[in-house]
Parts: sequence; C-alpha cells; structure tokens
Amino acid sequence: MKYLIACLCIICFSLAGNSQTPTALKQIKGGTLAPLYGLDSAKVWVDDFQLDEYAVTNQQFLDFVKKNPEWQRSNIKSIFADSNYLVDWKGNLELGENMNPNSPVTNVSWFAAKAYCACQDKRLPSVDEWELAAKASETKPNAENDSTFNQRIIESYETPKTYSKTVGSTYKNYWGVYDMHGLVWEWTSDFNSVLISGESRQDGDADRNLFCAGAAITANDLRDYAAFMRYAFRGSIKANYNIKNLGFRCAKSN
Amino acid sequence: MSYRLVSNLVKTLILGAMISLSGCGGSSHDNGESAMDIEVQGNMTAQLTSPPFVPDPVGSRPAKKLIVDMEILEEEGQMANGVSYIYWTFGGTVPGSFIRTRVGDEVEFTLKNHPNNKLPHNIDLHAVTGPGGGASSSFVAPGHEITFSFKTLNPGLYVYHCATAPVGMHIANGMYGLILVEPAGGLPKVDKEFYIMQGDFYTKGENGEPGLQPFDMQKAIDEDADYVVFNGSTDALTGDNAITAEVGETIRLFVGNGGPNLTSSFHVIGEIFDKVYVEGGKLLNHDVQTTLIPAGGAAIVEFKVEAPGTLVLVDHAIFRAFNKGALGMLKVTGEENPTVYSGTIQEGIYQPEGGSIQTMPGDQGAPEAPTAGSLSERIELGKQIYARTCLACHQEEGQGIPNAFPPLAKADYLNADVERAISIVLHGKTGEITVNGQSYNSVMTAQTLTDEQVANVLTYVYNSWGNNGTEVTPTMVTKVKSSH
Repeated sequence: MKYLIACLCIICFSLAGNSQTPTALKQIKGGTLAPLYGLDSAKVWVDDFQLDEYAVTNQQFLDFVKKNPEWQRSNIKSIFADSNYLVDWKGNLELGENMNPNSPVTNVSWFAAKAYCACQDKRLPSVDEWELAAKASETKPNAENDSTFNQRIIESYETPKTYSKTVGSTYKNYWGVYDMHGLVWEWTSDFNSVLISGESRQDGDADRNLFCAGAAITANDLRDYAAFMRYAFRGSIKANYNIKNLGFRCAKSN
Repeated sequence: MSYRLVSNLVKTLILGAMISLSGCGGSSHDNGESAMDIEVQGNMTAQLTSPPFVPDPVGSRPAKKLIVDMEILEEEGQMANGVSYIYWTFGGTVPGSFIRTRVGDEVEFTLKNHPNNKLPHNIDLHAVTGPGGGASSSFVAPGHEITFSFKTLNPGLYVYHCATAPVGMHIANGMYGLILVEPAGGLPKVDKEFYIMQGDFYTKGENGEPGLQPFDMQKAIDEDADYVVFNGSTDALTGDNAITAEVGETIRLFVGNGGPNLTSSFHVIGEIFDKVYVEGGKLLNHDVQTTLIPAGGAAIVEFKVEAPGTLVLVDHAIFRAFNKGALGMLKVTGEENPTVYSGTIQEGIYQPEGGSIQTMPGDQGAPEAPTAGSLSERIELGKQIYARTCLACHQEEGQGIPNAFPPLAKADYLNADVERAISIVLHGKTGEITVNGQSYNSVMTAQTLTDEQVANVLTYVYNSWGNNGTEVTPTMVTKVKSSH
C-alpha cells in the first residue's frame, strides 16, 4: 500500500509541469477541541495546520484521473471503491451531462480522496482538525455556542441536493475557508475512529465516555445535534463507499 | 335484522373465546404453541401500502418467509396549504408504508437508503425481539442497502421508526410507521380498514407561515409543536382525501402515534368505538369514546357506522385538532336512519375554531400579512386563510355542518348584508340565527386577522359556491371596525 502511494506520487510529480494550480491552503490555528459532546475530560489538542480553501471540484478530480489512469472509473481496484465510484460520470474522462465542473466532486471513495491529496503533497484532515476548522463562523473562530450558526448548520443538513452547488457558494469562515457546512459531507483521514454503532441509544456500549455525556444533552447543547449528524454519518460509511453527498478537501501539516 | 343477530352471536362467541383464553394464564399464543416453533411454509413478497390504506388481511395463510423491501427517501412535501417541509420517509410517505404480517412469519427486511439522501438511517421495529428492534443491524449509509431478518413472536400492532442520532430529529421529520402482526387465522373480518398515524411537527415559522419551513430543534426540545397532524399533513384526511364508508359497514382503524413528543387522545366525533384493542395488544375494551395512544404506540379501534354524515377524527386535546391540524374526516354515505341519529354529529359543545389564534368577542390584536393587488389575488390569499381558519367548521365547499355550523354556500344570511358579515368575522357571533330556513344556535369566536385578511377571506367566500361576488376591501373592514 505504501509502495503504491509512493509510486503514485512519483507519477504526480513527473506530471506537475502541466497540472492546474492546486487549491490554496489556509492557515488554521490549533487549539483544544471537545469532540462531539463537549465533556471537559474528553478534550483533545489540535496542532496548527493548513486546510484547502475549497472542496475538490469535479474539474480538479477529472484532471487528476486524466493523469492517473488507475483512478479512472473502469480501472479502479474494486477494494478501493464499490460500484458507485464516479457513478454519474459519462465515462472515464467525461463528467455527467448536468454536472457542473465547479461543483464538489462526490461519489469518490476514501482511498481515491487520499490518493488525490497525496498527489498534491497534502493529506486528508483528521476528524479533529476538520471539526476545529468547521466550528468557525464568518466572524468567530469558535461559534459552537452561537445558536443561529448551529440552527443554520442543521437546516443546511436537511436541504436536499446541495452537492450540485458550486464551491465557494455558501459562506467563508473566520479562517478564510469556504463551505464547511452547506455543500457536502467531507472525508476525513480517521472518519471511523469514533464508534457510532447505528443504534445510537446504545452507543454507550461502544464508547462509555460518549454515552455519559450524551445522556446529559440539554437545550443548551443544540450544537450537538449537528455534530451528532456528522458523527452518525461518519459511522455509517466504509472506506470503499462512494456517496453522492460526500466529497473532500485536503490538508497539510505545518 | 338477521344480520345483526348473527353479528351479535359472532361477537359473543369471539368474546367467549377471548375470555376462555385469557383464563389460560399467560399463554402468549392462542393455540398454546410457542410462536418460536411455528414453521414457515414458502416465501412471499409483502404488499406495502401508503396511508390511509392497508394491505390485504393475512386470512388463513400459514406463516411464511415474508420479504419486505423498503426505501428511505428524504423529500419535500406539503404540510399545510402553502407550507412545505422536508420529510424523511420510509417508502415516500408519512407515516411510512404499512407492513402486514402474521405471527410466526420470518421477515427478511431490506432497507434501502436512496443515493440522493444526505443522512444515514436505520429502523427499529417494535415488533422485533432483538437488540434495538433491528436498529443495530440496519444502519445504512446513503446509496446503500442492508438486509436483516426477524421472526414475529407477538401478535399486535406495532410502531416502527428510525433510531439514528439524533433520534428525536429523525422521528420529528416523519420517520415512523406501523407493522401489524396478526394472530394465526387473522383478525376478525370487517368491511373497511384504514391506516392513520398522528405526529407532531416543529417548524421555524409559526403555524400557517407560508413557504418551506425548516425543522426547529429548540421547539422540538421544548415540545412546543406548530403542527399536530394525521398522516403527515393537515389535509391528508380532509376534503378530497377524506376516507369513505357506507352506512352499515364495520370500520377498523389502525391508529399509531409517531410522536416524537405528544400523546394522542384519539377520538372520532360522532362515533363510539365498539371495540378497542388497547395499546394495539390483546386486551379488548368496549364502548370507548376516546382512547389514549402514547408516542411510539398504537391502538386498533373498530366501530360500525350506523348513519350517514361526516365523522371527524381528532386528537381530543382539542386545540391540536382545530388549531394545529389533528383533524381527519370519514365520510359516510347511505340511507338516513333517524332512530339512530337525529342529524347532529357534534358530541358536545365545541367552540368552533380556526387555525389562527383566537380571542372571544370583544378582543383585539392582529399580526402582519401579505397584501392583495387585485381581485384574483385577494381571492387566492383568501382561500389560504379560509383553509386555515374557517374550513374546520364551515367545510370545504362552504356547506357547513347541519345543525351545528351554518353554510356559507348560497347563504341568504351572508349575501344579504356585507357589513354584518365583516362584523361577525371581526367580533364573533353568539345566539340564534336563521340561514336558508334552518336555525342555528352556536358560537363563532372573533378571528384575530388583519383588516386585509378579513377582506381577503370574505372576498373569497363571496366569490365562491354561488355567492353574490362582492369584493370586500380592507377599507370596508376598517370602517366596520370603527363603527363599533
């Protein structure tokens, strides 16, 4: 596996001459993060890192598969992606009829997303990094107690077909990063590290800490509902899944 | 007459059988055989139906391997006139498709999450004996499907619902339905069966505020419902969507309550339930007026319709019915039977009410509303107000309800005096009046509407159902208001 990715990167670099400008990275200041339920004891530290300004677009992914044929639809190894991989594309090198080149690429597996980022000398963000960047509103680095911001997130999760919007069309947050909510779900490197079993009322069996805090949810924790939805989504997927509302963006360590 | 005798005899026999069975001391299944040991014979694909319809009874069929295929869809639908909502559904409807099984069936359940959906889902069937009622085995991402199986061990009517975090939100968006497990040999035969499920909804805008309304988590936590409805919308069982029957037919309603928060006081105005399977289980109660259905629970009610007319299904926590939408209609046609029924379908004194907030005669106060630019716009806006505010009593075609609420269609009382009509909408009306030769003695509360809204709704009424076509303007309303 390592060997494979290393190989891929060599190919990428050799082609770097004619590749389009990669998405700009924005600096995110690290800090403490209370994942999911906001318990003090569960807080984690996130180092400073950089995150793509936009989610990867259809056009960018098309350019990627042009240069890396092994990630084209008909060539991809079946362990890396199930049959929904790029399912709405017309062919290996052609987007679907009504697809906007500037909409986020979706129906891509975790493996494909990881390879794409590696080719740009980047990586997928971790869940904690992604959550840290996503809790910033337009004006505040941490808006998790802003009920208007939280209500807006929940509403955006309920709005259908947002995958067809173009990148940059929702909002730009405090860090200068666009569309953290309101466009598509995004892959993270360790998406399956929090165990949500699907039987959410029993998740205590999977992770006692999460359960205890979960039982303490009150009206003040409106943000948790949005977080619940993200973590539930992450818990439902596998690395070879390809989903219409799931795209990605890349990150980089400082 | 002989039919009635036979039917009574059958009832007595059934009752006798029930008594003797309940005397057996806790044997959970009628023939003494454990449901676990019932062997299945052959496969069949389950017939799934959208509300208010139910699949064919199981009758005498043996237990089988029953294949259920259910698709989850997140889609926009209509909550009320002019108000839409993103529903999350099992099978494209709220409540979800009705599943009909018999005890001993082995159900092979496939849950499909449509690729356009944004969220993972699962299903917890209360009819399942096993972890999470199937929820832990059925967690499925968008664009994927999952199959699990279970054996139906206990007869009864059960709720199913989604149990993915945040559970309350999935239920509040409509993810619930009913699964029936019939005993061996099936439930006793009736003429008509219907599927009705209550649910409470929480929207960002108040009741009646038009447009696409997002879910409001805070109101859901506060249990402050904007809509309480049967079958997912305020008009799912009214007007053209009313369920129908003929005089003399026996009716069985499978009634569930999805919640997420409110318990239903289920009642049919103008009927008495001959039989209620309390909480959807085996316990039978007779001659019941209102039956309590908990959130996440169900009941089977049965009655015979003896006289023609419109029976009104309500949650008898009555503001929910007249102000939040928990109202449905069963239209019964056939021969009048004056010995049974003298004509009124009211079973007590109700304050006839509409969808907006009301005050008793004399009070004042009004919210903002859109302005009409032309007669046709005025009629259109008035129609929406009528549907929310007036329809429950004066009915879809302005025909009223005999002896209770006077008609507006071709009504001499209405057409004779516009100022009087305006005044009644503004200030309410009590006491006896005569409309088209019939006398009515009832109460209409003052409606809290703006002058513009009063003008619109009256213009709609005057331009419908053969009335005289008067256009009422806001100025006319203001004048009438000032003259008092």
